[in-house]
Amino acid sequence: MSAVKSLEDLKRIKERALEKKQVKASSGSAHVIVGMGTCGIAAGARDTMKAILKYIETNNLSGIIVTQTGCIGLCEREPIVQVSMGEEPKITYGKVTPDVVQRIMKEHVLGGKSIQEFIVKV
Amino acid sequence: MAYFRSHVLVCVDPVCLSRGAHELIDALQDELVAQDLINEIQVLETSRIGGCADGPEMMVYPEGVHYVGLTTDDVPYLVSEHFLKGRIVERFRVKVKPAVDEELGPAQAKEVRVVLRNCGEIDPENIEDYIAEDGYMALGKVLGEMSPEQVIEEVLASGLRGRGGAGFPAGKKWQLARNVQDFPKYLICNADEGDPGAFMNRRVLEGDPHSVIEGMIIAAYAIGASQGYIYCRAEYPLAVKTLKIAIQQARNYGLLGNDILGSEFSFDLEVRMGAGAFVCGEETALIASIEGKRGEPRTRPPFPAVKGLWGKPTNNNNVETYANVPQIIINGAEWFASMGTEKSKGTKTFAIAGDVKNTGLVEVPLGITLREIIYDVGGGIKDNKAFKAAQIGGPMGGCLPEKYLDLSVDYESLTSVGAMMGSGGLIVMDEDTCMVDIARYFMDFTQDESCGKCTPCRIGTRRLLEILERICEGKGQDGDIERLEHLCEVVGQNSLCGLGQGAPNPVISTLKHFRDEYEAHIKEKRCPAKVCRSLISYEIIDEVCTGCTVCARNCPVDAITGERRHPHFIDPDLCIRCGICLQVCNFNAISVS
Repeated sequence: MSAVKSLEDLKRIKERALEKKQVKASSGSAHVIVGMGTCGIAAGARDTMKAILKYIETNNLSGIIVTQTGCIGLCEREPIVQVSMGEEPKITYGKVTPDVVQRIMKEHVLGGKSIQEFIVKV
Repeated sequence: MAYFRSHVLVCVDPVCLSRGAHELIDALQDELVAQDLINEIQVLETSRIGGCADGPEMMVYPEGVHYVGLTTDDVPYLVSEHFLKGRIVERFRVKVKPAVDEELGPAQAKEVRVVLRNCGEIDPENIEDYIAEDGYMALGKVLGEMSPEQVIEEVLASGLRGRGGAGFPAGKKWQLARNVQDFPKYLICNADEGDPGAFMNRRVLEGDPHSVIEGMIIAAYAIGASQGYIYCRAEYPLAVKTLKIAIQQARNYGLLGNDILGSEFSFDLEVRMGAGAFVCGEETALIASIEGKRGEPRTRPPFPAVKGLWGKPTNNNNVETYANVPQIIINGAEWFASMGTEKSKGTKTFAIAGDVKNTGLVEVPLGITLREIIYDVGGGIKDNKAFKAAQIGGPMGGCLPEKYLDLSVDYESLTSVGAMMGSGGLIVMDEDTCMVDIARYFMDFTQDESCGKCTPCRIGTRRLLEILERICEGKGQDGDIERLEHLCEVVGQNSLCGLGQGAPNPVISTLKHFRDEYEAHIKEKRCPAKVCRSLISYEIIDEVCTGCTVCARNCPVDAITGERRHPHFIDPDLCIRCGICLQVCNFNAISVS
């Protein structure tokens, strides 16, 4: 750590510290979970994940948490993506290709409406 | 800017570095590239996460998983398991125990947290956490924009008074030290918190040490001091450790040492450990102790502002006083003065102990009533018993009865009724408390802590204790009350320092407000609160006793006899009045008289 030589230096450190704090506290309103078990990866979940991250990056979105989960026992429906918005119950989508990601992100994550045709009914 | 779904914070403090933190980071980066995750996961360096002892340590967000003890060999597995598949690797994970903070709960409705605002909220061992909360911004403002005179003006205008007990205006004290033309000057922080049951200062030192350090640097700039000492008692090992870490971090950041923040002002700090003598909370005794001498007070004047440590001008304030200073500079004197009463501004921390539901630390604006502190913040008296008295100001304070519950808690009001603000100990007592016994307890404490340098305190407190002890034992004599009153006057007026001068206060205040209890002890040989063992006796009520034998089986001296299913009997000659039978009886068949 180099010494702080001025108030400006100090303010910069503060900004950086705040950023780190935000990383720690980031609890977004939307939580997107990608099934990343061996079955999911085999079915193309990595591409699904990349498409989600790409969507967030190109649209400069914030407050969205993207995590993975393991096999949930529906291997034939992989790649599986689950979306939970705030307090609402979690919605599970199956056969989520990068194209479907575009719709889920736009209509559900941003628009707030789940897309019936891709929902996995258990 | 790229979007990272996950951030990995790796500790790069010296211990973790020596245990291979950099190698771990390199391996992580390589593996993330190999598994095509480098665009999704960001690896950052950070300061302390945990104890470093099992390092290297890292935190993975957004999950908030804490890993320790990773080697580069573990990295490929960890990356594919956690970062690719999202499976937390339990064998490296540190399980977080849900910690319950028994000292400092969430702020109650009437609390205002200024000094305690960061305690429990930030990591005290990480200076960046403090900086994120506007830490050292006040110092930046002071060094960049204000002259020492302006700083003193601001503190004077805020009305901040010494939080150690006496309540001398902090700005005035600084002014006195500034005006003396004799160098070098010294700055002392009194962290020798010794009142029974009080731990406000410890909590600030352990939870937010940088606020005290920042306040001290500002004060040092104001008076022109070049070296500071924090005198902390050795019974606070965690506070000492936290302070030392904080001081080192501040030095590394250039906030202590030469040319602070690029200015021409230089100041450094050192922790001195006290050996736990209560009298070292008195400033001249404290100074003697720092100098390596026996911790004994001396006569004043000359005051420390003129001739203090090593015979040089010295400013001494306590932990809470300094911790208030950065807030005053950032938010302005008017903000601070908007809290409190006309003469007592700001907030005060109290350690509430005794028979109250929520014991622990609170911070309230001055001018609040005792009733509000005890009932609204403290939740009222335990077990729905009645309030009897509040002991405020530590062993030098006074006991206030119920009629003062609506008294405003500020320096003048408390002094006017024979108590004092003190450093913030507040002991609440319910109806089952014997006030003579309380006076005896505090006198036992001060008598023990008297340094023995001056006769009134050394011998006076001993004689006071002897009288109180014999009253509690039922051997009180006619004239004992008058003897106590006379002795209190002599000890209070003739002792050298605050310890002896304040020692009679608990006796004077209990004599004033609970004189009938003293009289009952002396004349009727009766303890109204049924506390003093020599004055009470236990009896079994025949009609209620079922003869279950539980008391007889639990009596440690076999003083209880009786046949099964027949009323039992306590032999008063054998009974040691321990009260165990009363506790174990399921039928309330034991009476105390």
